[in-house]
Amino acid sequence: MKVPLRWLSDYVEIPIPAAKLVERLTLAGLEVAGVRLVGVPAPEGLVVRDDAPRPVWDRDKVLIAEVLEVKKHPDADRLLLVTVNYGKQPHQMVTGATNLKVGDKGQKVVVALSGAVLLDGYANPPVLKQLKPTKIRGILSDAMVCSARELGISDEHEGIIILENDAPVGMPLVDFMGDIVLDIDVLPNMARCLSLIGVAREVAALTGGTLKAPPTRSFAVSTEPFAEVAIEDPRLCPRYSATLIRNVAIGPSPGWMQRRLTLAGMRPINNVVDITNYVMLEWGQPLHAFDHDLLVQRASKGKPRIEVRPARAGEKLVTLDGQTRQLTPEHLVIADTRGPIALAGVMGGADTEVTASTRNVLLEAASFDFVSIRRTARAFDLPSEASLRFSRGVHPDLVSSAALRAAELFAQLAGGQVVGSVESYPAPLPPQVVTLPLSEIRRSLGIELPVVEVKRILHALEFTVEEAGSGSLRVTTPPHRLDIQHGVADLIEELVRIHGYDQLPATLLREQLPRQRTNWPLVLEERVRDILATCGLQEVMNYSLTTVEREAPLVGPGVEYVRLANPVTVERSVMRRSVLASVLESAASNLRHVQGLRLFEIGFVYLPRAGEKLPEEPRRLAIVMTGPRQPEFWDSPTKPPLLDFFDLKGVVEALLAELHVPSAEFRPAQATWLHPGRSAEVRITDDLIGCFGQLHPGLNEHFGLGRRDVLVAEFDLELLLAKVPRRHAIQPIPEFPPIRQDIAVVLDEAVPAARVEAEIRAGGGELLRDVKLFDVYRGPNLPEGKKSLAFALTFQALDRTLTDKDAAKVQQKIVGRLERLLGARLRA
Amino acid sequence: MDLHGLQERALAELQACRDEAALHAWNGRYLGKSGELTLALKRIGELPPAERPAYGQKVNQIKQTLLAAAEQQERAIREAELTRSLTAEALDVTLPGRPVQRGRLHVATQVMRRIIAIFADLGFQVYRSREVEDDLTNFELLNMPPHHPARDMWDTFHTTTPGVLLRTHTSPGQIHVMRELCPEPIRVILPGMCYRYEQITTRSEIMFQQVEGLAIGTDITMTDLKGVIQAFAQRLFGEDRTVRIRSSYFPFTEPSIEVDMDCIVCGGKGCSLCKGTGWLEIMGAGMVHPVVLQHGGYDPTRYSGFAFGMGPQRITMLLYGLKDIRQFWANDLRFLEQF
Ligand SMILES: [Zn+2]
Repeated sequence: MKVPLRWLSDYVEIPIPAAKLVERLTLAGLEVAGVRLVGVPAPEGLVVRDDAPRPVWDRDKVLIAEVLEVKKHPDADRLLLVTVNYGKQPHQMVTGATNLKVGDKGQKVVVALSGAVLLDGYANPPVLKQLKPTKIRGILSDAMVCSARELGISDEHEGIIILENDAPVGMPLVDFMGDIVLDIDVLPNMARCLSLIGVAREVAALTGGTLKAPPTRSFAVSTEPFAEVAIEDPRLCPRYSATLIRNVAIGPSPGWMQRRLTLAGMRPINNVVDITNYVMLEWGQPLHAFDHDLLVQRASKGKPRIEVRPARAGEKLVTLDGQTRQLTPEHLVIADTRGPIALAGVMGGADTEVTASTRNVLLEAASFDFVSIRRTARAFDLPSEASLRFSRGVHPDLVSSAALRAAELFAQLAGGQVVGSVESYPAPLPPQVVTLPLSEIRRSLGIELPVVEVKRILHALEFTVEEAGSGSLRVTTPPHRLDIQHGVADLIEELVRIHGYDQLPATLLREQLPRQRTNWPLVLEERVRDILATCGLQEVMNYSLTTVEREAPLVGPGVEYVRLANPVTVERSVMRRSVLASVLESAASNLRHVQGLRLFEIGFVYLPRAGEKLPEEPRRLAIVMTGPRQPEFWDSPTKPPLLDFFDLKGVVEALLAELHVPSAEFRPAQATWLHPGRSAEVRITDDLIGCFGQLHPGLNEHFGLGRRDVLVAEFDLELLLAKVPRRHAIQPIPEFPPIRQDIAVVLDEAVPAARVEAEIRAGGGELLRDVKLFDVYRGPNLPEGKKSLAFALTFQALDRTLTDKDAAKVQQKIVGRLERLLGARLRA
Repeated sequence: MDLHGLQERALAELQACRDEAALHAWNGRYLGKSGELTLALKRIGELPPAERPAYGQKVNQIKQTLLAAAEQQERAIREAELTRSLTAEALDVTLPGRPVQRGRLHVATQVMRRIIAIFADLGFQVYRSREVEDDLTNFELLNMPPHHPARDMWDTFHTTTPGVLLRTHTSPGQIHVMRELCPEPIRVILPGMCYRYEQITTRSEIMFQQVEGLAIGTDITMTDLKGVIQAFAQRLFGEDRTVRIRSSYFPFTEPSIEVDMDCIVCGGKGCSLCKGTGWLEIMGAGMVHPVVLQHGGYDPTRYSGFAFGMGPQRITMLLYGLKDIRQFWANDLRFLEQF
């Protein structure tokens, strides 16, 4: 809502500087999001965030003048010589203004004298420029008549500004129309402030001033049967009034009105439209003007019958913008006996529009159900100043004030005669009464607000307050407000808002500390993050939104997705089922500028469930690693080794070990998206936790990864974390020295290393403290199909120093077991 | 026998020894089996018996002197050699160190942890709830019936299942936690991802985190809210921060407020970060609306509560002076590695 202060001060005295006003309004919930200066210098302390340069109208150099004479420029067809009077001697200058012509006289214009700084009317984007005397086609011109664009008022630069006839010649323009325009963000509960009077009321309450609403006369009720009004459903339209104004002379509205509308962000059209818009901005009540003669014509010269009703299926309406609208009973319309003539509260119809030839205006002032208006404005994508106000709720009480005010302006400014009004208001809204126990104020705000202050604030906001006994007040809501819906809490907000939040002390909670519970899922999730970061991996976080195609190779065909009905882009149209696909996306984008990376992400996937409205949202962990094993360094080999399966497995093992997950098992993985020979699945007590390994090279292209080997992992974090013990046993540090013995065994290729290790442990019993595989050998010294595995065995007892003989005995047992069960033989 | 001459010569030659080999040779020459001094001692028999003790004593004295001098020379040679070899091993210390493979948490995780830790100190615990929500919990139970004008404040992603949407804020978590814990008092924060139907620009994202706070009990007031917010701002942004409260509007709080903090760059004088106002908006908050308390199972005539909500991405942008919100989920390592 744009509020020109000059206009605002018609309704309330502004006793504080502009900067202070901005602050008070902002703190009271009317956030001033922007300030625009019109010709005036920036007042002290006022923050102006204006992207466009704004000229300051010099008091001595930008003045109101009267045109004395307009002549043709002797040497240029398109140029004129205009002589003006601005209070001193007549002054001649050259102009290209298209709205002056030879012989013109008496117009009030704005003259800028040499030295004035204005906007360059032709520069784009506009820049400030100082006016200097110049010769134009041989004639010296040291002043100019100004356009609205040059003055920084609007983009209008077709012609110069023509002021109203009574504009005082010689007055500095800044005194006549310099202004400050506040741009206020009006929140939904402050919809009443989508009007000058609404804002003025707030200013009055905040500064202890009084509202000066414009006077409205009532008119004699006419007996002329000019129209009939019928409301089908008072819930959709509580009140409808139609006022007839005859003999309206359509023409431009006066300069002051055009200026105010322009500063408030609306384009002046003609006096009829401008008056309806002006009153809407003033009162917050949108109005609509019909051509009464056209309505009479449609009624076959009879009395028009105006109905407010839902559209019937199949009805159509050509709206003011020339679009044909297909209507349904969802849409509330204004209709006559021949069909719809307007989309109620949203846009008028073309058939009954006021035109240049309109003589008689039927003025609609009505209130509509905000839900219905919202729905219609949305359905047709027709946001407008009117629908904006209606869709937030306009109090039916405003109908009469606005209709009377507009009628008066029609009489004043368009030469019309007000015939009278017909109205339907089947169920007037009763005033809302709230009982406010003073103790509730303390309970909510934490401070005692003296009853005098409570009354002062409520009175200032035009509430009626009576004592209701037992520490309570009976408060009646003024008739312009619809937002006091929940009674006491709404009133408390009004109290603290006007009293000032800066008056509240800051306290810390007195309330006892609630029962504290550990959030284990979160604690463990964060632990996983820390472990992986310690392993040298970088965490990434991706959009949960993706496409089915991107993930398809990882999640398989034919799975259900949570799909968006209104995606912003097709790239982000379904909720992901794979975190790995996300991390691969990060990898691909980074691999354009790095050689290698190690990434992980922990996040949710969204899995629709049969028979459930809402999906399951389990957490997943995904890892992607690729590139050199070591970061590049000045003494590293020219061809550094690349990360392989075992680097990733090392990370997986570190994760499991740090989480103290017991007995994880690795087996060849079955996943189609992994390299069949270089991938493993992880099982813990037989549950499949996830898979990892080299991404199937056939998928590199799909994920934009080029020809490198990419190592990937995806784990079901819920399953994994379920396996993490809450506590784990700590082994004492052994007091007696260990004995290390190495053995190498030769066995079939097909026997997995893990199996050999398991048998060694089984054979070694409790004296075998540790087993480490330190060499795998295949080669000419071994028979075809055999490999040699070398293990370092550490023997140690907790209660004595072992002898070599002890160790040898255990080793013998181990070797025997390997020979017996795995067909191994000790390598010499 | 010129014993004195012998000593002088031996000492002079010793001084000339520059390495261990020379020292070894010198040793052989004077102190070895057929060294001069050894031979000099053997010659004792050639002397008259009366001179022998004095001679023997003299030779022994010289031997001690030479041994001590040799030991000293040997130490000197070793030291010199060590110095020489160390000098030869000298590195160019300006060469870069061998890089360690460093991992780290996403900046969003880092900042989220800081926020959670601060509220943990104030007794707020973490409660998380789902991201794909129903209209009922995301809007209706939060005092926004269908077509409520306030719904315009959130541009919503709807799913193809009617009534199912991506949560536009973490506030539906208020309903979940109230219904789970009622009638216990509550002090939780609700961190998590939210979604809005917006164009992706430097200033707006379709996905962002929020941290919402909720305290419910029989003695919780607006002044407590002010105190908690102030404590948070001072912990995260610095002890001399002050906050300013503005009246605002959210359907699920009443009264509703917006909280500004004095600008961390200019301290209130006005700069480009605060767009000249001297204030930075850090969160929205308010007293839990009676209708919402009721929907959570709490009797609004006995219980009261406050709620607040902030955007960790916005807070991160303030903390680090970032200008482009799209960087958070772009995961460019050149960005992430700076945190
Ligand atoms: Zn600043």
